[in-house]
Amino acid sequence: MQTETENVEMVVVDAVVAHQHLAGPLLPILHQIQSELRHIPGSALNYIAKALNLSRAEVHGVVSYYHSFTTKPHGKTVIEVCRAESCQAVGGRKIEQRFKDALGLDFGETSSDGNVTLESVYCLGNCACSPSVRVGENIYGRITESGVNAIVDKAISQLAKSKELNQ
Amino acid sequence: MNQIKDTPLLKDLIEAGNPNPDKDYGTPSPLSYIDLADRSCDLELVTGTIDGYRVTVPAGTSVMRAAASLDINVPRLCATDSVEAFGSCRMCLVQIEGRRGSPASCTTPFEEGMVVTTQNAELAELRRNVMELYISDHPLDCLTCPANGDCELQDVAGAVGLREVRYGYEGANHLDEVKDTSNPYFDFDPSKCIACSRCVRACEETQGTFALTIENRGFESKVSPSASEPFIDSECVSCGACVQACPTATLMEKSVVDAGQPEHHKITTCAYCGVGCAFKAEMKGDQLVRMTPYKGGQANRGHSCVKGRFAFGYATHKERITTPMIRNSIDQAWQAVSWEEAFKFAADKLRGIQEKYGVKSIGGISSSRCTNEEVWLVQKMVRAAFGNNNVDTCARVCHSPTGYGLKQTLGESAGTQNFDSVAAANVVIVMGANPTDAHPVFASRLKKRLREGAKLIVVDPRKIDLVDGPHVKAEHHLKLLPGTNVAFVNAMAHVIVRENLHQTNFIETRCDTKGFNEWLDFIRDEKHSPENTEAITGIPRQALIASARLYASGGNGAIYYGLGVTEHSQGSTAVMGIANLAMLTGNIGRPGVGVNPLRGQNNVQGSCDMGSFPHELPGYRPVSDDSVRSEFEHAWNVSIDPEPGFRINNMLDASVAGHYKGLYVQGEDIAQSDPNTKHVEEALRNLECLIVQDIFLNVTAKYATVFLPGSSFLEKNGTFTNAERRISPVRQVMQPLAGLQDWEVTQGLCNALGYDMNYQHPSEIMQEIAALTPTFTGVSYERLDQEGSIQWPCNEGAPNGTPTMHTDEFVRGKGLFKVTEYVATDEKVTRRFPMLLTTGRILSQYNVGAQTRRTDNNIWHDKDLLEIHPSDAENRGIVSGDRVEIESRSGSTYLTALVTERVQPSVCYTTFHHPESGANVITTDNSDWATNCPEYKVTAVQIKKLMNVKASSEWQTQFTNFSEQQAKLAKIESSESKLEK
Repeated sequence: MQTETENVEMVVVDAVVAHQHLAGPLLPILHQIQSELRHIPGSALNYIAKALNLSRAEVHGVVSYYHSFTTKPHGKTVIEVCRAESCQAVGGRKIEQRFKDALGLDFGETSSDGNVTLESVYCLGNCACSPSVRVGENIYGRITESGVNAIVDKAISQLAKSKELNQ
Repeated sequence: MNQIKDTPLLKDLIEAGNPNPDKDYGTPSPLSYIDLADRSCDLELVTGTIDGYRVTVPAGTSVMRAAASLDINVPRLCATDSVEAFGSCRMCLVQIEGRRGSPASCTTPFEEGMVVTTQNAELAELRRNVMELYISDHPLDCLTCPANGDCELQDVAGAVGLREVRYGYEGANHLDEVKDTSNPYFDFDPSKCIACSRCVRACEETQGTFALTIENRGFESKVSPSASEPFIDSECVSCGACVQACPTATLMEKSVVDAGQPEHHKITTCAYCGVGCAFKAEMKGDQLVRMTPYKGGQANRGHSCVKGRFAFGYATHKERITTPMIRNSIDQAWQAVSWEEAFKFAADKLRGIQEKYGVKSIGGISSSRCTNEEVWLVQKMVRAAFGNNNVDTCARVCHSPTGYGLKQTLGESAGTQNFDSVAAANVVIVMGANPTDAHPVFASRLKKRLREGAKLIVVDPRKIDLVDGPHVKAEHHLKLLPGTNVAFVNAMAHVIVRENLHQTNFIETRCDTKGFNEWLDFIRDEKHSPENTEAITGIPRQALIASARLYASGGNGAIYYGLGVTEHSQGSTAVMGIANLAMLTGNIGRPGVGVNPLRGQNNVQGSCDMGSFPHELPGYRPVSDDSVRSEFEHAWNVSIDPEPGFRINNMLDASVAGHYKGLYVQGEDIAQSDPNTKHVEEALRNLECLIVQDIFLNVTAKYATVFLPGSSFLEKNGTFTNAERRISPVRQVMQPLAGLQDWEVTQGLCNALGYDMNYQHPSEIMQEIAALTPTFTGVSYERLDQEGSIQWPCNEGAPNGTPTMHTDEFVRGKGLFKVTEYVATDEKVTRRFPMLLTTGRILSQYNVGAQTRRTDNNIWHDKDLLEIHPSDAENRGIVSGDRVEIESRSGSTYLTALVTERVQPSVCYTTFHHPESGANVITTDNSDWATNCPEYKVTAVQIKKLMNVKASSEWQTQFTNFSEQQAKLAKIESSESKLEK
């Protein structure tokens, strides 16, 4: 049985090996680690820095700059609600509140079972169809207040399904 | 359009060629220091007007710098001329005719015909608005702020006329950020930070460590040491570049926080390594508040390291001895006496010994820490007053092979370049040197060049930081076995010749043909092929061939080397082999190339130049040469012994043998630094009179009967000569604690011996040096004051000094290829001693540590560790932190182990900064065949694990007991007796 630390190490090493040859390898490496571990563990910084001839500070600078990278584990599903101008102009604030209520989470929080994280985002590039929300990789437009629950339910049921598949 | 008020065409050329080091021009000059020095180089110039004044500057100069050259100072926060323009603070906005908006003057290049306005009502309002935003998130505690009086934010707020902040202070802010006081020398107060990134950029561009970043983004942006760590735990190496660059109190020396702003300063030269950085000693009365690197310093160009910048507290440490002391034997208590009594006592002893044992039974050792003038007096005293040539210097144990090897091949006992030269190198070989630890400011300049694309070859048994680090990666790390340098240089030369990569034209015109042809026959021998040397050096043939090709054909090739080359039984041979390589590839005589010994101590070069060798008078001229000797005899009014005297090792041997009885040691701790400690100790005990002149009661002083308190570099005037032959002034900033400067002490002793010296000031000694040393004839204190520093030779042939040597012809005429046969050292591994020990240094400590151990630098290195490879450790059941015995044919000592892959299997490594470690108890009597430089770098050893983590070896126990006993006799508390029993 693999320990947690060993797993982290393996993911980090794999991500570095897979992208080290690229001209700008840092972002692809971080994306792969974030996607597999749902965060960038602090212990990964040194390894990545050494492998890429960077300093730990530089890697930290990049990780902390991009909101897509987190230092604490995200939920298995991340729901990002757009709060930019276009979405706010068509009632986005009410949608935000609906999501918060439906999940019982504030922005930046993750459910206690580690399944869902609620995040705010400033523009998904989908302004023509505001208000917008992104669930994992999928973007939904023209969200209505009543549509929020459906999105949340779908996200949760998909999680349950993938869990069954894994078992 | 504004009327043209002035046409100072020359003024800008003056700016380009000779910028004022006390002025911040905002952005760096587009010209490199090499361009600046080359007055004949073609400059592309651009002319325009700024605020109505016409100005001509080199193309590529920023508008800000062009304005500054007219003394028009555009307000700025994120710009400073030590780092590239960044354009983030939006304070330096200007208007340019024909352009829209208000571009930042720091990032906009000045162009031909440009018409710039730096001040008008519109710009003033823009700047005030920007400043208002800054101040809305900045504490308003100027009066109690440590930067008060030295704050650029305050200055700029004043300059832009900020009168109110309309935003209030209630909103989100950074005022409650917590101060990080973890670094012993400076504080980090993020509440005062304006996020200008100057510190981050200084860490990257100036120092090359990349320990700082801006974390997060937008309002959350914050300076972060490594990953939001306290400074002390981060990758920071405490060079001080960030503190130097910070425009506010965010990064501030603790000494300034404690004492307030200094009120006067003097420019002086650092007394640590051979880089010889120029510093501003910033004072309050006679209290040294801080040392800041001087931008006008031609060796360091405004940069510093943790030692020179911060580790000066030893100068006023409570263990400084400030009264002369005498005793009749080393088991007696010290008796404090007046200077006159001490001089008389010492002189009587020395004369008594000479009467009993002969004129040659006494001698002296000069110090590479002391000034040229002081060293000059020591050798003069030995020759004129002692009446023999028994004078040697600690260069004996470090770079004597450099002196010998380079004299033989090139004709001068010194490195060929200046430090600026590295900026023009394309391929750099670093051999047996660890610049990031031992010569950090040079390392930063090298790393800058590597980031620009130069290639690096590291030749070292150990993986030094330059091999692989942030933005640095050596093309090749040739991990040779200790003791095989000569086989390596021969293999390099063999490949270059075999592949016809040598510069025939250079060799034919510049080098001795006969010598070259003989050497060619020698080097073509198959035994030097990388295929055959692989088994000796351990360097894979492919890596060696690739390295040889790279060095020979990669453009300007420069070799930098250190004690890993010289401190071997074939040290001199290796140095000659390096010179051969440089001549073979034509890599000599211009910027960017050369043979560059990295000198360990501040004045190793100078102490050698000043004739502190038993066979050479100043300027490396043989004492046996009648005409040279008569010159000195005439000037000194004394007859000089034509016979060469004793080297340090001869002195020690002769003392053990019983016919050498008196020794004067100036500022050197031979009991700690010289090899085979037990032999040294026996020799010192055998002396009837040992006179030690030092700032501390060092290990050697414990065997002394006369102690003459020395003065630190802050307490005296003089000059140091660094690794690039640069003579730089040392200026007194405080009175000598013991009342006399070192040169006055030597003079006092010499007078007591009956040979009169009557110098009133070291400048008079320099006059004598200039009169008697052909390479120094143009050197004087007046010129040093005017020019800052001078690189010798400075004489009729080179009135402005010599940044690059051997440009048109070698000093000896034709460069001489010397046959460099590899001979394995006698120090061989056996079943009993299966591993090789090699020694070195670390960043925070300096040499025997007498200075740095008495500073907060101990935080980084409070004991010497034995580095051992995991496979060797596993075989012996050793883990990091274990106490281990390390035994050689000479002796044994106990150290704490550090298991690391930095060292290769079968090779272990330690430092010698702490006397109780006894690293030199293990090193042997083996030495360089030509110069007797000890073979510190190769000792066959065995390592055993000890069960008791606090165990002390027999020698260590004796050492501790002796130190404690001596401390009692001197009635001082000794910090060196802290070793656990």
